[in-house]
Amino acid sequence: MTPALLRRAALAAAVLLISAWSLAPGVWQLLTAVKPDAQITRVPTTYLPDPVTFKHVRALWQRKPFGTYLVNSAVICALATALSVLLAALAASALVRLPAAGRLTVLLGLLLVSLFPPILLLFPLYEGVRALGWLNQPQALIFPYAALSLPLAVWILESGFRQLPKEIDEAARLDGLGALQRLLRIHLPLAVPSAVTAAILVFIFCWNEFMLGLTFMTRDQNKTVTAGIASVSGASLYEIPWGQLSAAIVIATAPLIALVLLFERRITSGLTRGALKG
Amino acid sequence: MTGHASGRERAALLLPALLLLALVVVVPVLRVIQLSFTHVDLEGGMVASWAGLDHHLRVWRDGRWWTALRNTAVFTFASVGLELVLGIGFALVLHQRLRGRGVLRAIVLLPWALPTAVMALAWAWIFNDAFGVANDLLRRAGLIEAPIAWLGEPTSAMAAMVLADVWKTTPFVALIVLAGLQGIPETVIEAALIDGLGAWQRLRRIVLPLLMPTILVAVVFRAVQAYGAFDIVYVMTGGGPGGSTETVSLYAFQNYFRYLDFGYGSALALQGVILAVALTAILVRLAQPRRR
Repeated sequence: MTPALLRRAALAAAVLLISAWSLAPGVWQLLTAVKPDAQITRVPTTYLPDPVTFKHVRALWQRKPFGTYLVNSAVICALATALSVLLAALAASALVRLPAAGRLTVLLGLLLVSLFPPILLLFPLYEGVRALGWLNQPQALIFPYAALSLPLAVWILESGFRQLPKEIDEAARLDGLGALQRLLRIHLPLAVPSAVTAAILVFIFCWNEFMLGLTFMTRDQNKTVTAGIASVSGASLYEIPWGQLSAAIVIATAPLIALVLLFERRITSGLTRGALKG
Repeated sequence: MTGHASGRERAALLLPALLLLALVVVVPVLRVIQLSFTHVDLEGGMVASWAGLDHHLRVWRDGRWWTALRNTAVFTFASVGLELVLGIGFALVLHQRLRGRGVLRAIVLLPWALPTAVMALAWAWIFNDAFGVANDLLRRAGLIEAPIAWLGEPTSAMAAMVLADVWKTTPFVALIVLAGLQGIPETVIEAALIDGLGAWQRLRRIVLPLLMPTILVAVVFRAVQAYGAFDIVYVMTGGGPGGSTETVSLYAFQNYFRYLDFGYGSALALQGVILAVALTAILVRLAQPRRR
């Protein structure tokens, strides 16, 4: 074999290994989710389901308010994302006009906030949520989710805004547009790509959040899908058949898989833009 | 005149974001500090009294805290170390010119986007002692004779947790390192080629040193996250068996919601963060000299 051919073979093998590593755990859930019970608990393991069954998906829907979980997650995440991106856009449009020193202070402060482990905030937030009578209410999660994702959203939007030429802003200012007007008419339309990137990342963060969801939503019909599924573990882990759990895992992750497939480029750019500026 | 007006405008634009952060982050942090110096008596209907340093001193005499701290340290170092090696490897492959690179990037990204808590459940199924596919694969490969009770033994439970975390967060490291790789000018690599450096030498002497700042950023982010690990532990092992995988976050959580010891839980969470800050400072310090 020539060196070039050898190189290509090695590369192909690496690509194959990386794909298998990334996909295998998910594929295994998918296979378990549509496998008849007798094959799930067979030793040695049966790899391919025969026949494919949708029994677990149906049983899951009867056992748990699964549709409600999904709706709860969708509503809470959509509103939290909207709030986060809106506030981040306002803040970022002010930040780009700040002198470098002030801007850096705010950005680094935000970074610091995003590094706090959530356990530090959990109990006081729980106290606050309870005092407000917000337990089992969507706003109990919407405000914390928006706040905790703000640093990331601000970082992404700030770097998006900063790429806009200053001259446009100056011209608009000379035309007598106020800050809010400039934000709405000039910055935002030009920064839509950054805003979309921020929104996708914030949405993923919200969908995946577990600790607050688990604590603030105590009634089953108010739970988010992540907390709803994962809270069946622990003591009750062995009460629910694995076929149904796998079906639950597949359904809860499906929206995210769709997001990744659709927006891979944006997610990657948002992730690295946030992390690499520092 | 415009300077003043736009200064006020800027403040107005920043205000909503800062207000929300103050309410959700700053006030709770202050409250945790206050709670950590407070005895909360549940019997008398949440009567609070000054506790001084009681909780903070108790932390350092608490064997379970030391175990949790050790578990957290093991988890953090193992997980971040493995991710770094794998992540750099993935990034080097993704940096090659190959067909379907976009698709491969999406595949690599996938684990990062999935909920940790939900995938922790998936890993618990994979590592199930009786019917798990991990045991089956190892048995077929002839590596083990009898099934391993992965989540039932301290060492293997920790290993399973680390593997699940590495799977989930390697994409983050890989994509950041990839961005760093793409920032290295072609001319630098060409110069190294002209100097006759082989692939390994190029990687070790040119690429990795240039990547150091990027890698450092990824490590700090990941170390802080791994240190605060909660979801994966809560779901996969619940801290078991016998507290052998309990992390600092989970121990604090148990004090809050299981033992209803709010003061002590706050002291634990706070001490944990203080240590994390120290750890980050040390990491940054350690990586500094190699940067140039």
